[in-house]
Parts: sequence; structure tokens; C-alpha cells
Amino acid sequence: MNIVIIDYGAGNTKSVQFACHRLGFSPVLSNDKDVIRLADKVIFPGVGQASNAMQMLKKSGLDSVIPTLTQPVLGICLGMQLLCNTTEEGHTQGLGVFDVAVKRFSNTLKVPQMGWNTIFSLESNLFLGLKNDAYMYLVHSYYAEICEHTISQTNYGLNYSSALKRDNFYGVQFHPEKSSTEGAQILNNFLTL
Amino acid sequence: MLTKRIIPCLDIKDGRTVKGVNFINLIDAGDPVVLAKEYAEKGADELVFLDISATLEGRKTTLEMVLKVAEQVNIPFTVGGGISSIKDVDSLLKSGADKVSINSSAIKRPELINELSAKFGSQCVVVAIDAKQIDGQWMVHLAGGSIPTELNLFNWAKEVEMRGAGEILFTSMDHDGTKDGFANEALSRLSTELHIPIIASGGAGTIQHFVDTFQIGKSDAALAASVFHFGEIKIHELKENLRKNNINVRL
Repeated sequence: MNIVIIDYGAGNTKSVQFACHRLGFSPVLSNDKDVIRLADKVIFPGVGQASNAMQMLKKSGLDSVIPTLTQPVLGICLGMQLLCNTTEEGHTQGLGVFDVAVKRFSNTLKVPQMGWNTIFSLESNLFLGLKNDAYMYLVHSYYAEICEHTISQTNYGLNYSSALKRDNFYGVQFHPEKSSTEGAQILNNFLTL
Repeated sequence: MLTKRIIPCLDIKDGRTVKGVNFINLIDAGDPVVLAKEYAEKGADELVFLDISATLEGRKTTLEMVLKVAEQVNIPFTVGGGISSIKDVDSLLKSGADKVSINSSAIKRPELINELSAKFGSQCVVVAIDAKQIDGQWMVHLAGGSIPTELNLFNWAKEVEMRGAGEILFTSMDHDGTKDGFANEALSRLSTELHIPIIASGGAGTIQHFVDTFQIGKSDAALAASVFHFGEIKIHELKENLRKNNINVRL
């Protein structure tokens, strides 16, 4: 199987790549439009600041490619947020795959949320074999609201979307590549869809 | 609900674990990768590697170690020790470290915190602060705690947050090595006055100390070395006890 991790300069691509290796898959890193279009599965990671990451996507022309992909796509962390309509971080316009806004956590909370939290209300084959309230590792200051695309929720001050799905697009706010065996299960579920 | 984190800390020199690691069942307790995997399987939430290599060659070896840990370990880890530039951080993150921890270099040039959080994001910038009480005042110390500075712990912690740190790792030198409990009064004040997570370090000796630092010290995470390395406290047992005390942990 031909798995591509989008490498646009804003992501801990190494960790995602290693996590795939541990599951017996050999993904390639690429920012080449044709390589990405021809992949069987596409992983869209991202860490850092939203507007910078968006700029890098635009620079490589990937902002127009990603929303048109037809194979399964998995956005991770900032990757998921960039697939949404807008994010308050740097007042950034997203790729608009998920029809939802990304907002900043309340100042009454410690921000970033950093550590292990549970995911619940699981509603996708992405979570096959997982129990409700499985623990995932999260590091983020912004969150996607609950919406029609929500397939899992997490609570930090309020309930928000910790995973989204629309057609062939999946997005997870947590880091499956760093979330122990349960995270590996989710990654494996995606790669064997 | 977000859980409280338990973080074993490993000292690394020239790519090898040093100082008092005494796991009975391991073939090579000096191999950080073996230890890291063991801790991940036993329920550690994160790991911290503190590089105490003195030479450039030693640091290169550590970089190779980071790559191997990232290859094999499925929980997040932080690397600290001797990091003073964007280039240092870039190499560590590219090798698969999730976060870096800076200490002396941030005191010498506080702008480094701004630069790192702008380039890599706050989420990967941990600022470590070593402090001890002098005449009733918590004073920040440099170089592993050997050189006192003019900085007050609480003022410095607030500055660090303002400059973009994502987390603070506070080690009380008055408590470190005593196995007499964490510096909960100072920790609680840090946790109340700041809006980023605080990791407690220094003083872990018993399970009750962990209960106290979460309940009284309001810490978000607790870091320890020897109690874990010598098997005096088993992580699973610790977490079961924390849960019995209504402290939310990942089990």
C-alpha cells in the first residue's frame, strides 16, 4: 500500500512515520502534488502555528490539492484544524473540508491543554476495537466545536470535537502516533480502511 | 477529564543512561531505548531525557539515541540539557523529540524562549527552572543549581510564560534528593499564578508525596528519577493509589 505523509515543513513527520513503521507500514514523506494524489492513504500532520502552516501549504500549492483528494485522508492535530473552515489562531482561513470553526480555549483553563484525556461518543470505524473513554495524548490551545462531522468528543472546560469525519476525510485532534497502544490501534484502523 | 501525568526522568551521558538505574529484569539498563520502552509499557505518561554529556561527540551520540527512542517508543518525550540555539532544537525535533527543555540558556538570553515558541510552537518549549530558598526568597539558580542568580522564581516563571513557554518544569533544589516530598507551597503558588502546566520535580520518596503534590501543590505532572529507577515505586501501583485518592490518572 502506498501511504504518503504530507511533508510541508510544519509537522513532526518523523513520529508519524515511525508509528507507521511500528505497524508494519512504510509511508513516504512528500510535498509533491502528484505523489500525494496517487497515494492510497494520505496523512496530513501538523504542529506549530496555524497561519504559518497555512502559508507553507499555499507556498507549495497544496492548499488547492488537499481538499480535492478522494482517497482516505487523516489530518492530525494542526492538520485536523487546517481542514476546518477557520481558526482563531492568527485569524486563519482553513481548507473548509470540515464545516466548523476552531476556537481558543478559555483563559480560565491552563492553555495549552497538555497530556492524556479521554475520547467518548465514538462514532466511526476509525475507533474499531477501542473502548469508550480511551486515553489519547493531546497538546493544543485551540479546539473544533461540536458539529455534524464530530465522531468523538473530549472534555476540557467544555465538550469539543476530538475527531471529525466527512466523506473520505478524517481528522483527529489527539496524536495517535504518541498515544500508546490505543493510538496505534486508531492509526492501524485508518491504514487498513 | 485531563489526567495528571507521571514522568520518569533519565540522565543520559554519551547516549547511555547514567546514575542509579537498577532495573532487575533488564538485560541492559544502560540502554535508554530499552528503559524508555519499559517505562512506556509500565504506564509512564511521558519521559524526560536529560543530556549531561560534556562533549560535542557525546551530544551527537545523544541525537542518535533520540532517533532510536522515537522509532521505538509510543509515548511523548522531552529532551533537555545543553540546548542553547534554534539549531539545537531543530535537530532534536527532527530526530523525533516531542519537546525540548531549556534552562540556563533561557536565563542567559530570555529572547530564546520567544524565538523557539515562534518557530516551533509553545507546545514543544518546556522551560526548566531550578530554585532554592535564600533568606526566605525562592531564587533561581544556573548550571544545574550551582550558581545563584538575581531572579526570583515567581517573577521569572511569569516572564517565561509571557515569552511563550508551553510548560514549566520546576525543580526545588531544597527538596531534590531528600525523598522528603515536593515543594508544594511554591508549586501551588506557581500553578495558581500561571496559566500553563507545571511539572513538579525534586523530593519524590513515597506514593503519598505524589498525592500531595497533585492535591496540595496543584501540579499538573510529577517528575522523578531514582524512586522509579530503583523500583521503589512502581508506576502502576502509584497510579492506582492516586486514583483511590480521586486524582485523575491514565490507567
